[in-house]
Amino acid sequence: MSSNRPSSAVHAVVVDRISKLYRIGALLEQRSFREALTDFIALRRRTEEPGARDLWALRDVSFDVHRGEAVGIIGQNGAGKSTLLKILSRITEPTSGRIEVRGRVSSLLEVGTGFHAELTGRENIQLNGAILGMTRKEIRERFDEIVAFAEVERFIDTPVKYYSTGMYMRLAFAVAAHLEPEILVVDEVLAVGDAAFQAKCLRKMGDVASHGRTVLFVSHNMPAVKSLCKTAVWLRQGSVVEIGEAGAVVTSYLQHASSRAGLDDVAQVIASFPEDPVFRLDSITLRQHGQTSTALVNGEPIDIEIAFEVKRTTLALHVYTQVFDLDEILLFESLHNGDTDAPPLVEAGRYVATMRIPADFLAPRPYQLRVNAGIADVRVLIPEPVRINFDVQQTGIVNRAYPGYPPVGRVAPRLEWRLERT
Amino acid sequence: MQPEVLIIQPSSPWRTIDLREVWRYRELLYFFIWRDVKVRYKQTSLGILWAVLQPLFAMLIFAFVFGRIARLPSDGTPYALFAYAGLLPWGFFANGVNMGGQSLIGSANLITKVYFPRVLVPIAAVATGLVDFGLATLMLAPLLAMYRVVPDAGAFLWIPIIVIVELLLAFGIAIWLSALVARFRDLRHVIPFMVQIWLFATPIVYPLSMVPERWRWLVQLNPMAGVVEAFRRSIFGRPVDATPLFWAALLAIALIGTGSIYFRRTERMVADVL
Repeated sequence: MSSNRPSSAVHAVVVDRISKLYRIGALLEQRSFREALTDFIALRRRTEEPGARDLWALRDVSFDVHRGEAVGIIGQNGAGKSTLLKILSRITEPTSGRIEVRGRVSSLLEVGTGFHAELTGRENIQLNGAILGMTRKEIRERFDEIVAFAEVERFIDTPVKYYSTGMYMRLAFAVAAHLEPEILVVDEVLAVGDAAFQAKCLRKMGDVASHGRTVLFVSHNMPAVKSLCKTAVWLRQGSVVEIGEAGAVVTSYLQHASSRAGLDDVAQVIASFPEDPVFRLDSITLRQHGQTSTALVNGEPIDIEIAFEVKRTTLALHVYTQVFDLDEILLFESLHNGDTDAPPLVEAGRYVATMRIPADFLAPRPYQLRVNAGIADVRVLIPEPVRINFDVQQTGIVNRAYPGYPPVGRVAPRLEWRLERT
Repeated sequence: MQPEVLIIQPSSPWRTIDLREVWRYRELLYFFIWRDVKVRYKQTSLGILWAVLQPLFAMLIFAFVFGRIARLPSDGTPYALFAYAGLLPWGFFANGVNMGGQSLIGSANLITKVYFPRVLVPIAAVATGLVDFGLATLMLAPLLAMYRVVPDAGAFLWIPIIVIVELLLAFGIAIWLSALVARFRDLRHVIPFMVQIWLFATPIVYPLSMVPERWRWLVQLNPMAGVVEAFRRSIFGRPVDATPLFWAALLAIALIGTGSIYFRRTERMVADVL
């Protein structure tokens, strides 16, 4: 596909109508050689894998990045950010479209790629540097600086398997931080380590951006995007929603995430599910104070309403929810009819199951709700869980005496304290 | 200064390996080999000795089973030495095929995170075996001295050529297998088995001269037959026949040529599959 747009020399990256198609079933169910061979012998050609589904991870995405500009790429999980990054890093190829990149690119999709536990700190610096695209000369020149930045001088000749997690992460980031590419492509590698280390990494990123290097930065950390990037690209379901000044794009993204619109996406997902003889999911609604929203507070209970139809009386049919945080850690799971002595018989009919998350339980942070349905020990009833991102703000009473210290941790339940004077 | 321009777009299914790019990444190739060698010798307590002990033990077992018990002939050389001289090139080849075949899926964590020409992975896997091979070959000197066999200097000159042919052959197979294994995971369990059968199909524990004349062409279709025979002959100072080597080289080039197209096609989807 050829580009009609002029690619001027002021552009470091020109992304022109990039699309990426994934075939879901075909990818996950690896074919075995035995099957391939029997198909070949039987002169069978499998063009259509059963259950295979097309998914456009990116569709006609275009944008330009000026030389020396820092661009943030934002969007919900599954919006296509990672796919875009993988294409820019040449890890996977686009299905169509074209990208022109002017200048030496380094991409950091994780820190410590290729680190080997058996090798020493010194050896890993050399290896990792080479993997990230440094020449041997560059590694030699920056070696002392890297070691100093990582603060691992004393252990430089110790195999990294004896390092603490903190030392390991510092060393890994130190190598990455001393790359000097013209264009840097970074994933959320900053979401690791303790707060002090994260701050150090962010400062280093700021340095890179302010030194005229072109940076493409994918992140969920909106304050970081606003402070590091001049421009932001907001992706949703594989397409660009908005491109512009970072502050403005972040604001409209947050507004979108906090409005009903997030739930409209959910309605689309549910509508795309194939017909099932036993079960149909009708809708999922998040409510607080009677208001439908995905921008919630932790000071009030949150109601999750799941409307569904059971078409045939079925034993052990249940809908269930899972709440994840953005690190993909499952915080809890709950079944709509789990608290009975034996799997109940669910009669045909239409239902609304409402789960209440109590006040003073969640922490002020973004979460993801996943709703699923199944028949225990038999099968699942929807092809994939329905995912809904929601954000929680602090209004609860946990830690309210110390406003400078909002509750941390993946959840922040209000717990009983007993104080006795002794 | 005009910066380099990189175009990212869907690639043609008929492209082969970009050798210039491989050359640009030669330092990384060096680091991959360096890493594999280091890690290999760090992980075993015997360390570097392992490279020598492995063929040595195989030699002792073969000498006992096939030399003593089965009394296989060995073209007039002491059987143990005969076996060692066959096991040396074989070990290098078998290692290359085994490691090379598993290499692509073994590097999944790198391949899904960083770009580099993927073909470096099987190249490095095969080339790493050269170090073991070199060490094991050094061991040949005391063995030759022990059995008072004096090699012929002229025949010795064949060895570098033989090693290059073998390297190409191992790589040609590794490039095919590594791509096939990435697509069909079950194949990885077949490789060691296949290599084992191949060992006995190659004149290693028995001399080629033991095969009846009318079946010999069939054995010699196996490119490793020519490689092992030539290696042995050059060690024992016998004239080397270039034809089987030429056949092996031809096959190696054909395998590399076709394999690199198949590899490229797999490479395009490999990060999505791993």
